Amino acid sequence: MDAEITLTVDGQRRTVTVDTRTTLLDALRERLGVTNPKKGCDHGQCGSCTVLLDGRRHLTCLALAVAHDGAEVTTAGGLSGPDGALHPVQQAFLEHDGCQCGYCTPGQVCSAVGVLDEIRQGHASHVSEDLEAEPGLTDEEVRERMSGNLCRCGAYAGILAAVKQAGEQAGEQAGQEGAA
Amino acid sequence: MKELTYHRAEDAASAVALVTGDPDARFLGGGTNLVDHLKLGVTSPTTLVDVSRLPMDEVAELPDGGLRVGANVRNSDLAAHPAVRRGWPVVARALLAGASGQIRNQATTGGNLLQRTRCVYFQDVTTPCNKREPGTGCSAIGGYGRYNAVLGASEACVTTHPSDLAVGLAAVDATVVVLGAGGERRVPMGDFHRLPSDRPEQDTTLAHGELVTAVELPASAVARRSTYRKARDRASYAFALVSVAAGVDLDDDGRVRDVRIAWGGVAHKPWRAAVAEEALRGKFLSEESVREAAEAELAAAVTDEQTAYKVPMVRNLTALTLTSLAEGATR
Ligand SMILES: Cc1cc2nc3c(=O)[nH]c(=O)nc-3n(C[C@H](O)[C@H](O)[C@H](O)COP(=O)(O)OP(=O)(O)OC[C@H]3O[C@@H](n4cnc5c(N)ncnc54)[C@H](O)[C@@H]3O)c2cc1C
Ligand code: SF4
Ligand code: FES
Ligand code: FES
Repeated sequence: MDAEITLTVDGQRRTVTVDTRTTLLDALRERLGVTNPKKGCDHGQCGSCTVLLDGRRHLTCLALAVAHDGAEVTTAGGLSGPDGALHPVQQAFLEHDGCQCGYCTPGQVCSAVGVLDEIRQGHASHVSEDLEAEPGLTDEEVRERMSGNLCRCGAYAGILAAVKQAGEQAGEQAGQEGAA
Repeated sequence: MKELTYHRAEDAASAVALVTGDPDARFLGGGTNLVDHLKLGVTSPTTLVDVSRLPMDEVAELPDGGLRVGANVRNSDLAAHPAVRRGWPVVARALLAGASGQIRNQATTGGNLLQRTRCVYFQDVTTPCNKREPGTGCSAIGGYGRYNAVLGASEACVTTHPSDLAVGLAAVDATVVVLGAGGERRVPMGDFHRLPSDRPEQDTTLAHGELVTAVELPASAVARRSTYRKARDRASYAFALVSVAAGVDLDDDGRVRDVRIAWGGVAHKPWRAAVAEEALRGKFLSEESVREAAEAELAAAVTDEQTAYKVPMVRNLTALTLTSLAEGATR
């Protein structure tokens, strides 16, 4: 069975007819030519296909495209500004060597944006001592929250530093805005 | 994958009617388990009825202090809900111990309870498996058995239930609200999943076409002072070897007024350790008293070389969990 779906991908409205068995990942990569999200495992185990779906980090390999008709998808490529200015998370990955081969990177970057948003909203994690306290931006917290994104090159040290830097910058900015 | 007809459900009753009337139809929630199984060929429905956009996505406080959680509340939203963090920390902790941040954003409460076993043979269609194909045999008996059950298994199937959330819900005496062709019914968590017996293809007591619409959490002192601990091969993003959901209520002297213990990774369903609970009532919680109570529960365990480790592991993890709860730990 075929179905016509419309997705907003990195700000562009795209309409495409897909077989109902098509995953969101295959619809993006094979049908719409958006190759930022990568196919690592295709079974939910590596995180390389992560995008922001309606603003939240989400896998695309275990999602049927037809079930997400109307969704707004932001890939790592869509995070930069219209003038090409890098998103703070992208910039931090560059500064800290958060990648080697780069295959996992678009997923890592999207996941990191989601992680920082979840921390900002006060969501606890498995390693938070207190479920109701403001979570900190510690190594332990970042590692746990990023554990759904694997890196075969082992660039974890750089990824950790990048996520923390981007989080600290965002925290400072929010603090300044709060004070202004 | 077979040709697939996709329906977006308009309301719960029509979704139930569609699936009830078609043995090859399935409900689709977040898709994190079902889409995987479509790819692997573990299940081959011809029709999917997508219930993920039905308005069953609220967490509502009930007049008696309990909580009603809609079946479409995402795992991350349930874990983050202020009332859950305060009144049912074991539920939040169980969720946060499972899967990854991305998957928890996607997975629904209903789909989580209905997720199927991670038995490697169940997921490998080239091998015999009574759960996937009744009557073909069980490859896990005499095969790879590290994750197998030690309580309540049968000759037909020795696997365990993978959900962390289900173990947390079993500990707090949750009720699952189910809509079927004949109307609504309420199923206590303890009766929702089943032991394999000679029908391992049946994970739960639901009939085909019955839809989970909500889960209700009763408020209690044991739920307020509760937590979840999980032992696994990696620090994160792995299924449980064993897990413990526990809650306590102590009297002024520090004796156990009430206690709840549920185990994951030991059986085909979340295992309420009723014998251990009974043994602890009126006692002081110490490493020794909890171990002794857990051992009484585990007297019924059947192990082999690959699963023998689970008995001391779940016993010790129970002792650690309950003694730290008694000392006021929050994690
Ligand atoms: C890599 C990976 C790691 C994971 N790790 C863990 C872990 O550590 N701990 C853990 O607990 N889980 C883990 N999971 C499993 C995950 O929690 C489940 O896949 C998820 O909760 C299923 O929810 P869903 O909404 O995506 O269900 P779906 O995949 O949509 O559906 C699952 C089943 O439920 C049925 N269903 C869906 N909604 C309803 C409803 N309302 N009523 C009746 N039936 C319904 C479907 O027909 C299907 O049979 C992991 C998954 C992956 C991919
Ligand atoms: S343990 Fe159960 S699920 Fe695993 S192979 Fe045997 S019958 Fe299948
Ligand atoms: S490709 Fe989606 S998680 Fe690996
Ligand atoms: S940079 Fe190569 S997989 Fe992560």
